[in-house]
Amino acid sequence: MVDRGSDDQMQLPPREVADVMPPHAHSWIGKYVFSQDAKYIAIQYSGTAVAIGLVALVMSWLMRLQLGFPGTFDFITAEAYYQFVTMHGMIMVIYLLTAIFLGGFGNYLIPLMVGARDMVFPFVNMLSYWVYLLAVLVLVASFFVPGGPTGAGWTLYPPQAVLSGTPGGAQSGIILMLVSLILFIIGFTMGGLNYAVTVLQARTRGMTMMRLPLTVWGIFTATVMALLAFPALFVACVMMLFDRLLGTSFFMPTLVELGEKLSYGGGSPIAFQHLFWFFGHPEVYIVALPAFGIVSDLIAVHARKNIFGYRMMVWAIVIIGALSFIVWAHHMYVSGMHPWFGFFFATTTLIIAIPTAIKVYNWVLTLWKGDIHLTIPMLFALGFIVTFVNGGLTGLFLGNVVVDVPLSDTMFVVAHFHMVMGVAPIMVIFGAIYHWYPKITGRMLNEAMGQIHFWVTFIGAYAVFFPMHYVGLVGVPRRYFEIGEPEFLTAPVDGLNAFISSAALIVGAVQVLFLFNIFWSLRRGREAGGNPWRAASLEWQTPETPPRHGNWDELPDVYRWAYDYSVPGAPEDYLAQNDPWFSDGEDRRL
Amino acid sequence: MTVILAFLALVALVAGLWLSQQRLASKPWLETGIAPLAGHGPGRAPGFIFIAVFLAVVGGLFAMLGSAFVMQIEETPWELVPLPGRVWLNTGLLLLASLFLQFVVISARAGTARWLNASLIAASIATLAFLAGQAQVWMELTAGGYRLDGTPAASFFYLITGLHGLHVLGGIIALAAVALRHAGAGDVKALLPGVRLCALYWHGLLAFWLMLFALLQGWGNAFLALCRAAVG
Repeated sequence: MVDRGSDDQMQLPPREVADVMPPHAHSWIGKYVFSQDAKYIAIQYSGTAVAIGLVALVMSWLMRLQLGFPGTFDFITAEAYYQFVTMHGMIMVIYLLTAIFLGGFGNYLIPLMVGARDMVFPFVNMLSYWVYLLAVLVLVASFFVPGGPTGAGWTLYPPQAVLSGTPGGAQSGIILMLVSLILFIIGFTMGGLNYAVTVLQARTRGMTMMRLPLTVWGIFTATVMALLAFPALFVACVMMLFDRLLGTSFFMPTLVELGEKLSYGGGSPIAFQHLFWFFGHPEVYIVALPAFGIVSDLIAVHARKNIFGYRMMVWAIVIIGALSFIVWAHHMYVSGMHPWFGFFFATTTLIIAIPTAIKVYNWVLTLWKGDIHLTIPMLFALGFIVTFVNGGLTGLFLGNVVVDVPLSDTMFVVAHFHMVMGVAPIMVIFGAIYHWYPKITGRMLNEAMGQIHFWVTFIGAYAVFFPMHYVGLVGVPRRYFEIGEPEFLTAPVDGLNAFISSAALIVGAVQVLFLFNIFWSLRRGREAGGNPWRAASLEWQTPETPPRHGNWDELPDVYRWAYDYSVPGAPEDYLAQNDPWFSDGEDRRL
Repeated sequence: MTVILAFLALVALVAGLWLSQQRLASKPWLETGIAPLAGHGPGRAPGFIFIAVFLAVVGGLFAMLGSAFVMQIEETPWELVPLPGRVWLNTGLLLLASLFLQFVVISARAGTARWLNASLIAASIATLAFLAGQAQVWMELTAGGYRLDGTPAASFFYLITGLHGLHVLGGIIALAAVALRHAGAGDVKALLPGVRLCALYWHGLLAFWLMLFALLQGWGNAFLALCRAAVG
């Protein structure tokens, strides 16, 4: 399928991007702490995200202990439960998933995959991480202030978020949450501008947009979306901070609290919901699109087959990104909207299923008749596809107004978004770490520990979230500290809740094995060499592993797309993007 | 949410035009060899793209504020803050600053030092005068009973003008850094890359201010009502 090459093709056009080696840091602090090397920044981002993610994981355990065994643990009070719910959700969505996909994988992979020496603005990139760290620290500080962190739910809906009946509402918890989010957005904007400009302006010679690996397409599109969606959250946070601190009434209607009329009046709580979900729904795809891109690359490499329908995959990524900005109000069906708006948002929501389904078909068709290697990254990629399809199908239920209204605010919704936005992207993160760990460290992760990690995580996640759908269907509402045995439940759920909680504890515990593997393999892992998966994309072609600052001796030239696997007549079963081999039978590699 | 959707439609148009140059219909699996990169060249410095994308982000921020403003006016009929005549003068000052900076760019591109420094100083003074003028408007309105914690209309006015002012202040700091570097180097052409970015930023902030000014005057809602009447 490869064009017959000609000598003309070996005449190299001049470089359109200047080859400038970034200045190397000489001090230890400059190299490892205040590093401007995107690869170190990626590791800093990922390390911080995983650390705060572990805090959120522990909070999910505590929530499940309460739900599975109510009344057993005295230290889990109703206030603490709401704080766990809130902080678990916010940390997982913003501070873990967004940060690790864009700050972690984006920083590590973009320069390497596009053939650049580093991000275009390394200093701003470094600042991005430190502002992110500050945001995390402010968030953590909220655990230690009087009243503790906010318990307003991760959506932070006003007016309850700033009132005294909500944990942290009348104290500092909500203030620190809002300040932390504002800082996060400022930090992300610095990084996001870098990711976007690097993809646009620092691609090496021959690396056209249509030769980019889908990982870069996913991260790039998600970055652009985040740059346009985060301002909505920024504005919402600033306005709520004003309401809480300066007495404005942007989101505050006339209120009576504990028999006293408050000074607020004239504001609109619904306006906050619009702003929040205008960010909140694109956020789903800000997490999902990098996952889509990464999983495409994992499948192609580990099935030794070119990705099926590359063009369609690119178009689907772009179309999903665009459509995700006109579906936000499907999160607000029960807020009292005009039926025509409900119809509009249900329609746009269902339309998104088309490009998403195209991607799923293409992954399956890539696997079809591929030389499938059931490596750990491939297992996680397969786990992702199954989970994403499951989560996506229940999304079709909830996208319809008439089905959503009775299911709204039940555990069915919790199960749905955990499948589609929790388990599925986490599967990709794990797969990606197993896949790129050899490039980052020069060593392979332990296979046996990886197998245990995958199977317990995969089966365990289904043990948690499949029954949770049923729990929601019989009527159990979400965000309830304790519901007892109300008459509206159509079936008892105590046993199921205990089962789900037990499974959640096991799934959480096996992540410790994964972390152990990460550290154990740093020293004891099998040496990986430069390209252990025999992958074609540029990051595997660096002269050194791990790549040094500046990545390349000379910037590579790109001759082909990133998916030339099993090419007939080729000397190996893959052709690297910088391999000047042509299919006329003559090996003209320099 | 009409304002933000209109803004995003504009962004989508620009993105669509750019994507149309990226050979999205090509078949990369059939192509071997070094293909030229489409869509950028030596004329588009990374800094230019950085500022352009940043302006899109800032535009999104103000469009969101505009959306919230319009939405809340429709939900809760407020009395708009009567803007003092000084705001018109401030708008003129920002326009002047933008024009002066563009003149600096033209002079630097031509390599002529004549009027360049004077224009740079004039742009800086006009911008600072804009900020001082906005602060004066704040004081006038506060003295007139339109407090930050008063009606949501007043709160919106302070929030919108405050955030816009902060962005202008950030621009002034960047312009000062560019000017100081120029003062050290003395080469007129060396000033061009930095001042071009500043001018782009100033033009963007001017455009945003004009839109926000129109919204704060209530023209945005009147325009939307007109559109709805036309569609209806």
